[in-house]
Amino acid sequence: MSKILIRGAKILGGEPQDVLIDGDTIAEVGSGLSAEGAEVVEADGKVLLPGLVDLHTHLREPGREDSETVLTGTRAAASGGYTAVFAMANTFPVADTAGVVEQVYRLGQEHGYCDVQPIGAVTVGLEGKKLAELGAMHESAAGVTVFSDDGKCVDDAVIMRRALEYVKAFGGVVAQHAQEPRLTEGAQMNEGVVSAELGLGGWPAVAEESIIARDVLLAEHVGSRVHICHLSTAGSVEIVRWAKSRGIDVTAEVTPHHLLLTDELVRSYNPVFKVNPPLRTERDVLALREALADGTIDIVATDHAPHPHEDKDCEWAAAAMGMVGLETALSVVQETMVDTGLLTWTGVAERMSAKPAEIGRAVGHGRPVSAGEPANLTLVDTEYRGSVDPAGFASRSRNTPYEGRELPGRVTHTWLRGKATLVDGKLT
Amino acid sequence: MQRHLISAADLTRDDAVLILDTAEEMARVADRPIKKLPTLRGRTVVNLFFEDSTRTRISFEAAEKRLSADVINFTAKGSSVSKGESLKDTAQTLEAMGVDAVVIRHGASGAPYRLATSGWIDAAVINAGDGTHQHPTQALLDAFTMRRRLVGRDAGLGQDLAGKRITLVGDILHSRVARSNVDLLHTLGAEVTLVAPPTLVPVGVEAWPCEVSYDLDSTLSKSDAVMLLRVQRERMNAAFFPTEREYSRRYGLDGDRMAKMPEHAIVMHPGPMVRGMEITAEVADSDRCTVVEQVANGVSIRMAVLYLLLGGNEPAVSHTRIEEK
Amino acid sequence: MDTQQYESDARPVLEAPDIARVLTRIAHEIVERAKGADDVVLLGIPTRGVFLAQRLAVKLEEITDRKIPVGSLDITMYRDDLRMHPPRALARTDIPGDGIDGRLVVLVDDVLFSGRTIRAALDALNDIGRPRAVQLAVLVDRGHRELPIRADYVGKNLPTSLRETVKVQLAEEDGRDTVLLGVKQTP
Repeated sequence: MSKILIRGAKILGGEPQDVLIDGDTIAEVGSGLSAEGAEVVEADGKVLLPGLVDLHTHLREPGREDSETVLTGTRAAASGGYTAVFAMANTFPVADTAGVVEQVYRLGQEHGYCDVQPIGAVTVGLEGKKLAELGAMHESAAGVTVFSDDGKCVDDAVIMRRALEYVKAFGGVVAQHAQEPRLTEGAQMNEGVVSAELGLGGWPAVAEESIIARDVLLAEHVGSRVHICHLSTAGSVEIVRWAKSRGIDVTAEVTPHHLLLTDELVRSYNPVFKVNPPLRTERDVLALREALADGTIDIVATDHAPHPHEDKDCEWAAAAMGMVGLETALSVVQETMVDTGLLTWTGVAERMSAKPAEIGRAVGHGRPVSAGEPANLTLVDTEYRGSVDPAGFASRSRNTPYEGRELPGRVTHTWLRGKATLVDGKLT
Repeated sequence: MQRHLISAADLTRDDAVLILDTAEEMARVADRPIKKLPTLRGRTVVNLFFEDSTRTRISFEAAEKRLSADVINFTAKGSSVSKGESLKDTAQTLEAMGVDAVVIRHGASGAPYRLATSGWIDAAVINAGDGTHQHPTQALLDAFTMRRRLVGRDAGLGQDLAGKRITLVGDILHSRVARSNVDLLHTLGAEVTLVAPPTLVPVGVEAWPCEVSYDLDSTLSKSDAVMLLRVQRERMNAAFFPTEREYSRRYGLDGDRMAKMPEHAIVMHPGPMVRGMEITAEVADSDRCTVVEQVANGVSIRMAVLYLLLGGNEPAVSHTRIEEK
Repeated sequence: MDTQQYESDARPVLEAPDIARVLTRIAHEIVERAKGADDVVLLGIPTRGVFLAQRLAVKLEEITDRKIPVGSLDITMYRDDLRMHPPRALARTDIPGDGIDGRLVVLVDDVLFSGRTIRAALDALNDIGRPRAVQLAVLVDRGHRELPIRADYVGKNLPTSLRETVKVQLAEEDGRDTVLLGVKQTP
């Protein structure tokens, strides 16, 4: 492999420096590094971050290749600055056996745009009744460490307790989609002033908060770690904050869309705003930002959920829930957290790379930008502003809530172990 | 007025009064030997009903026919819709047949709004009831009935419902009639009180322009009209209330309760009534109950809405009559 | 048309006493032609035709000493130009209690111009009943007919050009009685 010299990059937003990549490793970081024998990338004051890691991606393959495949999904990830994604288990068939997770893992390796770390289902068929073969999935070539029934909540307290206990044997973690099912029957949007007016079934905050409260207590009781997916309410923040103050081993994620959008957008009845958990209120959005800034919420995860056009080009109730997010995540985080002064780029790197890699045990990802580390990097033009055009997405799906919205920042380069997957905004 | 009628909340006070006044003239057509006007000749209106509602469909159909529109009835049952065709494809198919307006009843809240705003079709969209969202022509016919009874048929012309005290009782949570009525009655200056068991009041109701009470008896003497909403027996199974008997004891209108209402006050119901649940037969059959009038008024209101949306080259705006000689 | 168009240089062609005299004459003509006006029903076309019909009824009652049925006939829904304008607010149609079947209906309007209003009125009558005969009384006939329609009783024949405008004002609606002839202001 050849050498690459990234010249004048603001590492984590600091003073411009040069970074020399040799093969799959960062060889040297410093000023005025020699360009001899190296391909030069003029960073020109752009911000260099460790490759981003998404703990919550839906790649849809196998089963829903009409909305996304491992190839299109990992290309979208590379476009968004990601070098590793964790692929959720709600595929068809469900990723509840070693066979399925190995297939997804290998597809990611073959395509080479982004490491794909499969997430295994907690229960067989996501049905919440019987534990899947968690150990077998861990021992497979995919080396699964994160387990989730995402899309569905592990609502049976006994099953949840057992899962939390069982994965301790190999350092796994259960990522809970917190949604009390009875309280959310027929739920279409956040329950509150807007749902009352629009006549759409309410998804109350308490349906999320009650499950989180139960699960942190279970984790404390059995001495396990638990991860909370896409936390969306101010009340959930309070519970996680309390749990952490007690020393409970809980981590939590927030999606970019919950940091920016509110349920007021549902007034348009446009299903691009339909997502689970639903968009909440302004008060929730502000609480989530604050919690991400102070570390109560550990990471940003996209919940990238591609859906074909026809599943969104319909009436609200008939529409699928979910938004694509890989290609806009960093821009939304810059808009909501960096440009507002809540986070530095160091803080962003922590929450979008280091910490998610640590929670998911993604070896070689989320490392510092320093000599000897794997060359998983992303270069961001933070001065850029432009409106989102879904036609330019690498994802197979276009269900973005940001179409036409002006957002800051653009990922121009991504390197996966020294190999460029994105150059000047174009996939290789 | 806008090109479509999606929500009662979209109507200004002047728009609403114009519709009521126009309906008053339309009502007179019913007294003629030939109950027909040539106004919408050559216009095609489709009644696109994804939910069974014979009453509402017949009412629209009568209104359309009295205005000489060509009427196409499309019921989802047994059609391509039940075979999985989308709302978009159905609407576009109908528009390709040259439809000027779509009267839509749909089980999904917001479906008419989607139809009107998604760019799928150009036709005017009239909401005939969507999910638990809105049913604007029902609210208009209710307001029309109230104005006739509480203000007067002729005296009411040009007037709103300022200061009238209207009480809505029943399943507010699942009721598009309640939402539409709260919006329209507020616009028309009435004071609205909702009465229901707390389980049947939506979270977020505090933002509505009305009062909420859990006690029917205390509101009766302060009501110029009491509107009862249908309570479906199935709600019991979802634990919204314990038994039919307990519901009717606490929230049903019987003769004794009706006696507490002021003498001029009326009892309304959008139908179909569940006798023995929200209303007793004694009340339903009394002179003070306007259920049958509401049905007749529904045709007049729908004629007015159709005329004002489709009768010209653009929807009616609030203006004085143009003199042209 | 906007009334403001008339304000600038419109000149009166009939004043209040003229209008009163003209209506008296028409009333006498109706009695004469209808042989006593036994079965006459007056139907004014809103807005100002209604006031003229009411005034004619008073005069007919003075002459015949009988109650003369008078009502109004809104022709909005029967217009042939509905699709060229936004929908108009409807005016009142008020048919006297005994109806119009077998009666002599005299339609009353303020200005006879293209004839299209009267065509619409005849259509509207069709849906209401079957009169023995229909006649037409107008305060002003300004010419320029576009349909084979003529008035039976004319207050004043007023030859006009198409650039001119005729505006009738009546005390009931406008605070004074007058007929104004003006010139159309081209914007």
